[in-house]
Amino acid sequence: MKISFTLNGQAASLDLDPRTTLLDALRENLGLKGSKKGCDHGQCGACTVLVNGRRINACLSLAVTHEGDEITTIEGLAQDEALHPVQQAFLEHDAFQCGYCTPGQICSTVGMLKEAADGWASLVTEDLTADVVLSDEEIRERMSGNLCRCSAYPQILAAIRTAGGVA
Amino acid sequence: MKPFTYERPGDLTTALALAADIPGARFLAGGTNLVDLMKLQIEQPTHLVDISRLPLAEIEDTPEGGLRLGAMTTNSQVAADPRVRARYPVLAQAILSGASGQLRNKATTAGNLLQRTRCAYFYDTTKPCNKREPGAGCAAIGGIYANTAIFGASEACVATHPSDMAVALTALDAKIETQSGAGEARVLAMDGFHRLPGDTPHIETELRPAEMITAVVLPPPPPGGQIYRKARERASYAFAIGSVAVAGGKVALGAVAHKPWRAEAAELALEQGASPAEAMAAELKGARPDGHNDFKLKLMTRLGAACLTTTGAGDDQ
Repeated sequence: MKISFTLNGQAASLDLDPRTTLLDALRENLGLKGSKKGCDHGQCGACTVLVNGRRINACLSLAVTHEGDEITTIEGLAQDEALHPVQQAFLEHDAFQCGYCTPGQICSTVGMLKEAADGWASLVTEDLTADVVLSDEEIRERMSGNLCRCSAYPQILAAIRTAGGVA
Repeated sequence: MKPFTYERPGDLTTALALAADIPGARFLAGGTNLVDLMKLQIEQPTHLVDISRLPLAEIEDTPEGGLRLGAMTTNSQVAADPRVRARYPVLAQAILSGASGQLRNKATTAGNLLQRTRCAYFYDTTKPCNKREPGAGCAAIGGIYANTAIFGASEACVATHPSDMAVALTALDAKIETQSGAGEARVLAMDGFHRLPGDTPHIETELRPAEMITAVVLPPPPPGGQIYRKARERASYAFAIGSVAVAGGKVALGAVAHKPWRAEAAELALEQGASPAEAMAAELKGARPDGHNDFKLKLMTRLGAACLTTTGAGDDQ
């Protein structure tokens, strides 16, 4: 069935089997291989993309449900040659080893920083009615949906602190 | 995934009619559980009625001083709402202790209530499961899996309900509003919404075929403290092996039964002046552990007592 959405600022139209997940549509139909398929069950976060500015697992979302949505993948974060600040911070802090989880980590970070800026609490926020302060504990809790099997977590944490202006 | 057809009706009436008219049709909301189970062919709908964009995503004040959470509000949206954070912290904490940021951005209030168990044998399609195939048997009984029920289990099923949010809603005495294709509207109490397994563990709630949850209504917050605490096998992003919600004098337990477990014996003991530990001991007297899950007795006693001590439940009685 036919579906149209905005992908990284450009109009995209597809004719898809309704079974196609957003992740498979991005990778197999649109050729954007940045978003990764790790577990394909919403457990690892490697497929994280932004839909209307919010982070989701693309592997658990049917592509046909995204009519008219604005979708941003890792390929859409940089402005021409200028990296997104989160991408730049990951480079500076060497926040990866094999790199497979990195696109998901970066998209998740962009979404997470927006959530924190919007004042969303997390489980480790002691006062649910106070402003959010992005401590290391807060960052770890908010990023728990992204696994890194190389365990580059200390560098990922450092990169997020830099990108979030909390270093 | 088995083939299915997909449709996104523009209004509630059409959505209800489609679900009633098409055999094998299912409502699709956030999809974080349903799509996953469709990949495993545990769920095999023939037709998906996408209700995620229906105008059911508002959080409204009720005249009674409570809140009405539209069925399609996301878990993130409810947990971030200033009214929920200020007046129903047990609910915000429960939601924030579940899943990940990505999943909470998609998962809905109604979908959270209707998610299926995470029992390992429900997911293992090479093993018998009375939920997947009524009458097939239960591999979890006698199997090597410890996150099973200590209350209300049956010879057909020992699975637990996986939701954190539902445990808080049970302690808060929430109500569930529904509509069906016949134009009928119902209001169901949260405490009776989910069923014990009995000999029909595949029937998990009181919801009828083609009936849709349209809202969850929170009564005014009860006097007294609120808290949600959860024990799990890693620090974040894992299902509970035991959880406790306290709202005033009301107590509910998670990951111990086929439904969020209202701890009525503990509540009664508190009213009669019992200490937190005594109240939890009174509740756990009714537990029937199976050898693998005996740890839950001590875990729930301590977790519950810690929560009741923190909120001071029963102090003024």
